Amino acid sequence: MSALTALTLAQARDGLKRKDFTARELSLAYIKAVEAARPLNAFLKETPERALAMAEESDARLAKGRALPLDGVPIAVKDLFCTEGVETTAGSKILKGFVPPYESTVTANLWRAGACMLGKTNLDEFAMGSSNITSAYGHVESPWRRPGDNRPLVPGGSSGGSAAAVAARAALSAIGTDTGGSIRQPASFCGIVGLKPTYGRCSRWGIVAFASSLDQAGPMTRDVRDAAIMLQAMAGHDPRDSTSADMKAPDFEQAVGQSVKGLKIGIPKEYRIDGMPKEIEALWQRGISWLKDAGATAVEISLPMTRYALATYYIIAPAEASSNLARYDGVRFGLRVPGETLDEMYENTRGAGFGAEVRRRILIGTYVLSAGYYDAYYLKAQKVRTLIARDFDQAFQACDAILTPTAPSAAFAIGEKMDDPIAMYLNDVFTVPVNLAGLPGISVPAGLSGEGLPLGLQVIGRAFDEAMVLRVGSAIESAAKFEAKPQFMAGKA
Amino acid sequence: MALDKATVARIANLARIKLPEAEREAIAGELSKILAWIEQLNQVPTDGVEPMASVAHMKLPMREDKVTDGDCRDKILQNAPQAANGFFAVPKVVE
Repeated sequence: MSALTALTLAQARDGLKRKDFTARELSLAYIKAVEAARPLNAFLKETPERALAMAEESDARLAKGRALPLDGVPIAVKDLFCTEGVETTAGSKILKGFVPPYESTVTANLWRAGACMLGKTNLDEFAMGSSNITSAYGHVESPWRRPGDNRPLVPGGSSGGSAAAVAARAALSAIGTDTGGSIRQPASFCGIVGLKPTYGRCSRWGIVAFASSLDQAGPMTRDVRDAAIMLQAMAGHDPRDSTSADMKAPDFEQAVGQSVKGLKIGIPKEYRIDGMPKEIEALWQRGISWLKDAGATAVEISLPMTRYALATYYIIAPAEASSNLARYDGVRFGLRVPGETLDEMYENTRGAGFGAEVRRRILIGTYVLSAGYYDAYYLKAQKVRTLIARDFDQAFQACDAILTPTAPSAAFAIGEKMDDPIAMYLNDVFTVPVNLAGLPGISVPAGLSGEGLPLGLQVIGRAFDEAMVLRVGSAIESAAKFEAKPQFMAGKA
Repeated sequence: MALDKATVARIANLARIKLPEAEREAIAGELSKILAWIEQLNQVPTDGVEPMASVAHMKLPMREDKVTDGDCRDKILQNAPQAANGFFAVPKVVE
């Protein structure tokens, strides 16, 4: 094991340019780390040959002094992004064996920027979950443990494999998707940075769809600067996604480290939810003091509709999922379980191919969209969604960014909270409103819980103001000086 | 609203998901709990509020009506569980 896996993306980029080491050496170090990380079950597919082939191309460009922004950077890809010629399962049995004949726009952008693919990471089935327990290919274990307690913990979800890989130094950075918190919550649980961009910033083309009006791809990285560098390469207009924003991205890295002096930071009074652990409240207060010390002002804001966000989400997301997942019919790709008639074949295939949580959400979605219930549930939820977005619009008239905890707790043990779907849904109480309003949000590691586990703070910005989110996020990062490492390190520093 | 077993069977049929009889009772219970929880939305007055279908404040883009993709039949069929003569094959639908 080498010290190469201890570098951040920005440090690795600079080291490659200085020729301190080659892209091939960096990829080899990570390929070893990916192998060492197998006990975590973070990767569903390892692609070492591809990583090395890409690294050699990077080395050729680096030698000529024509380096691309991500040349030689080994990254892990959530197995929800279609990758040409590499099996893509979405964590589901129903897509076992599916080899996409095309590449998602976001991954294509990353390869075009010089990044090297280490493999595909595990996730909750179809990104539906907050613990990585619902994957059809076994759960992911967090590289973190409570000191003195050997019970395995969840990495969070749904991008839990990506979060675990980055935290354990088995990938320099990773990409995930976030429909209700699936980048930010696992980032918080694993002590890394996770950024959900504005809806429309990154193309959704080639990402296995869960809830199309909420899904958004984003980076999961060691620090805030790395998130900015990754986002720069991922973002951009794509005519193949009709909701992709036709606007030029600003220089995100430039925003990192900019002073927050004079900024107004909104603190939503409704986010002090019942039963929230005192240490989360204390961490939030520390975050407020850090930003004040850096010259920002804290202002109380009100987001009264927040308390209805989860219920709204659990109508809209399953409704969209029931429609999106109708395509898994045993005809065009994936699993087929035979039946006497076409209908029987559909029912057998979908009955056997979907896991319990996915099935539950498809059934809820089908119900809320069915004749006689559409107005009472789905239309009602869409109206409340308008009110939730309006809350944020009004709040942003009085502040530049909003600070909240990322999740209401630290990571829990595998087996805890598993029996009650609603208790599991509460993990996303602070992240879901951001998806409903389509805004950018980042989770930055800010401290450890009493049990010694990472806790994140979330910064929310105006639509398309990721630069502000990165700026405030980097101020939190500088003040927090989070340097704790997980007990399990695949890439040893 | 509590769902009964018959309603669960009806939804499962609409969703084309085979649900063994033995599991319907338990699923009816789970779904009823979730529905009871989401009914808190009835507390929110929404008269005159526009339903939001998308957060992207933009018009759907238009393009010239011409073929931009295609000519990749074999690529499309390569993932099919069953294909024959350049088509997806399914159980007999018409007698």
